[in-house]
Formats: sequence, C-alpha cells, structure tokens
Amino acid sequence: MSEDHEIEETETGTLPLDAWHRGKGGRMVEFAGYWMPIQYEGIVAEHEWTRTNAGLFDVSHMGQLMVTGEKAAEELEKLLPGAISTLKPGRVRYSLLLSEEGGILDDLMVTNATPWIEGDEEAGTEGHWGEPAYYVVVNGAMKWDDIAHLREFLDDEVTLTHMDEHALVALQGPNAATALNRVMRGVPEQLVFMQSMEFQFGEWPLRITRAGYTGEDGFEISVPAEYAEALCDRLCAEIEVRPAGLGARDSLRLEAGLPLYGHDMTDAVDPVSADLAFALTKKRRETGGWMGFEAVSAVLESGPKERRVGLAIEGRMPAREGAEIFAGERRVGRVTSGGFSPTLGRPIAMGYVATEHAAEGTELEIAVRNKRLPAKVVSLPFVPHNYYRGS
Amino acid sequence: MARYFTDEHEWIDVEGDTATVGITDYAQGQLGDIVFVELPEVGSVIDKGKDAAVVESVKAASDVYAPISGEIMETNEALEDDPALVNTSPEEDGWFFKMTIGDKGELEGLMDDKAYKSFCDSL
Repeated sequence: MSEDHEIEETETGTLPLDAWHRGKGGRMVEFAGYWMPIQYEGIVAEHEWTRTNAGLFDVSHMGQLMVTGEKAAEELEKLLPGAISTLKPGRVRYSLLLSEEGGILDDLMVTNATPWIEGDEEAGTEGHWGEPAYYVVVNGAMKWDDIAHLREFLDDEVTLTHMDEHALVALQGPNAATALNRVMRGVPEQLVFMQSMEFQFGEWPLRITRAGYTGEDGFEISVPAEYAEALCDRLCAEIEVRPAGLGARDSLRLEAGLPLYGHDMTDAVDPVSADLAFALTKKRRETGGWMGFEAVSAVLESGPKERRVGLAIEGRMPAREGAEIFAGERRVGRVTSGGFSPTLGRPIAMGYVATEHAAEGTELEIAVRNKRLPAKVVSLPFVPHNYYRGS
Repeated sequence: MARYFTDEHEWIDVEGDTATVGITDYAQGQLGDIVFVELPEVGSVIDKGKDAAVVESVKAASDVYAPISGEIMETNEALEDDPALVNTSPEEDGWFFKMTIGDKGELEGLMDDKAYKSFCDSL
C-alpha cells in the first residue's frame, strides 16, 4: 500500500466548485466536513426540474478512490460481498463494506476501470488490458474511515489512491442524455445504466458513469478539479440543465427508495435487514471469503428480525428520522428517513419495522409529537425508477 | 394597528386585545418550501416562549414559539390546504394564529419594523 500522510479534518473544507456555487446563489451549509450547496432557487423547484429536465449536482465531497494492482479484484473481494473478479471492464456494481459482525460500514459503487492499452504496429505489440484498476466511490462522511479500513485490510501489493484532486458532478434527469449529448456528442449512446467509460474531452480526462442517486437516468462525471467549473458551465449552458443542491438530492433519493448511509443503514445493521441482499452476489453467498460472511449468513439463514421498508403516510404531516412506529400500543420500529415527496404531494418515509409487521400493506402508526399518523407499508421505490437500460 | 417583531422571526399585529401571529418573510426564506404547518388548538393557553406551532419544510421541522402569553382564539385554516401560503404571503395571508394578549407588558422589548430590518441585516 502506498502511504499517504494522515489527514485530520478539523475545519470545514472547501471543494473545487465552492465559488461556482456561491456565484449561482447556492445556499451553503456544512455537510460531511465541507461547505456544500443545500439549494439554489429552492428544493422543490430543483426537485421538480430534475424529475422533468436535468439537475446538475456537485457530489465532490464523496470519496473517489482507485484500487490498482494485479491482485486488486481478489483483494477487494475480501472486503466486498459482491463479485468483483467477474465484473467486466466498464461495468459498475453497487456494493458494501461490511464489518466482521456483518454491520454496514459504508455503501459504494465499484467500477472496473482497467484501461485498454492500444497496440502499436511499429513496436509489434497488440492491444491488451492494462493493470487491473477499480474505481470506487464512497460516501463523503465515511471516506476517511473507509480509506483507513481499506489500507488496513488490502494486501500491500495493491495500491490505493485517493483521487482528492478530482471533483465529481452528477447530471440527473430524463433530459440528462439529451443535454450531455449536445456537449459531448456520442457519449450517452455508448453507455447504459451501470456502465462507465473514460472520455477525453479536449484536454480534460473525464470518467463518465451512467448512474446516480435520484432514480432518474443520468451520469456521474469525474473531472480534474481545475476543469470542474468550466465543465459545470458547459453543462449548465444547456437549456435542460440547472444546478440542484443537496436538499433536492435527498428528497429525490427518498422518493427513489435509495437508502442513505448513516441514516437508513449503519454499522449496527446488516445488509439483509437493510433490504440490500441484492448486493450479496449469489455465488459469493455460498463461497464466502468476505468480511462479515459468517454473521450475514446467519441472518440469511434465520431471516432478519427487522426490515427496511417504505411507509406511505396519511395526511400532510411528515414523519422525520427518529419517529417511532407502532402497531397498536406496541413499538415495532423507527423511521430512518422521512420527508415530503414533491412528486407525490404527500409525506413518505423509510424505516425499520419488525419482520412480522413488515409485509406490504400492513397498517401501522407513526408517532409525531403528540399525534399518531396512520401509515402503510409500501414497496419501494415510491416513484418509479427511470434508468436507461438500452433500447 | 402596530406590528412587532421577535428575534425568532415572528411578526405580531396588535389590534386592541388581540394579536395576530405569523413568521416573517426572512424566516420563510430561510425555511424554504413549506409543506405543512401544525397549528395550536383553539382555546389552548400558551406561555410566552413555549411551542405554539411547527413548520415543516421539505427538509426539516421547525418550532414556532409563542411570542407572548395568551389564549389561542383562531387559527388560519387556509394553511391546511395550502401551506405554501407561508412562502408566498408570509406577512399577510400566511398568518398562523390569533391570540389574546395576556400581558401587554410582554410587547415591550419587541422590535418595530425598522429595528427588525437592521436585526436581519446584521445576521
């Protein structure tokens, strides 16, 4: 492992697009140790714009890591419950970092970013895949812990690079592809949901991934920090694109049923209870060899005691994180994310409910202040996903 | 009619023994899109500084405290169907509740329009 100096976060940091946000009228708040825009013109307006056109989100607080080396895949497989060695170049997978106890340390996206090396006729070499490389994007608030965890457990022959001189922006919405195609002609058609590519845009080396955290079609673009402002200006020059802040990002992901680390999952929750068993690749559930395997297998065997569910709430009063969920007089769960759905025009929530009360359609109550709000267990997402999986 | 302001960004219109209470334009701007307002029960008696209402924006819930002590006489039913009135007309149609003025002395020390404006400018 290459050694980096220890960084102790004390003051609120600024990210490459800080001045750009302020220039656009972004209201800056402290988030994950950085100043980030919570909103520009308003959360609901940005939310609705993203659902109908395209919102541009700065997610540069997230940790962008590159894991390289001949043994990179097998080393990552010691820590991730997903299949990495069979992940083809250019493919993206959602995965989890787990503790020995099976708790979720973080959730992440891992991309096989192994480069294709062109052949050289004069030198007599053929085209071939270069050194295996995996691009990993982790949560901003967890990245320092994640880096420490990876450094501790990955073999020394594997190199972990923190790409802290890169910004990350997400262009999200039904018109994201149309807008991106006008700026970078031909790029969107080369990708479907959960695919990723390097793209040389003039002098800018970009990594473009068709994924996101809104439930919409869209792209995440990793860009060297010095070009981030110019890239955002280029994208926002398109009529479909407007900047959107963390507030809209949160309400969009809640509607899309996507869990948020530190709220809807923590190190006290296993992936089965968190309804993230899809991240446990079938084959690897049998073969094991990943941290947390025994603990998670036990839950798979016995079934989870509680489960993350969606909750549709009657009336207009939202239930927030921490609100207790009742079946009659019995407390059976708690809300972990809750708010108002601009798309549906009513409150929605996610929470953990004892398995015997977690079936779809179960009628429950949520305690908010001195009231009991009628709520029903519903399937997630609240608003259908609109991913592009090819025509 | 006199209008007073608190440092919690409420406005209070005083007419005789009755006060109409709402939150200021500055407050609604800070809260953002308001999706629900929980109003106090008519007939309840609330002491100055105690919870009187809750304003829910997309993002969070915020308490509104009673600016003075008194009995709630009427609440703004229009906010039930259209809580966004607090955003669009915070200091008129988006009023929260009317209350009796238990102690006129409590009005002393509240800000007038000019003082409130310079208070906001200083934030």
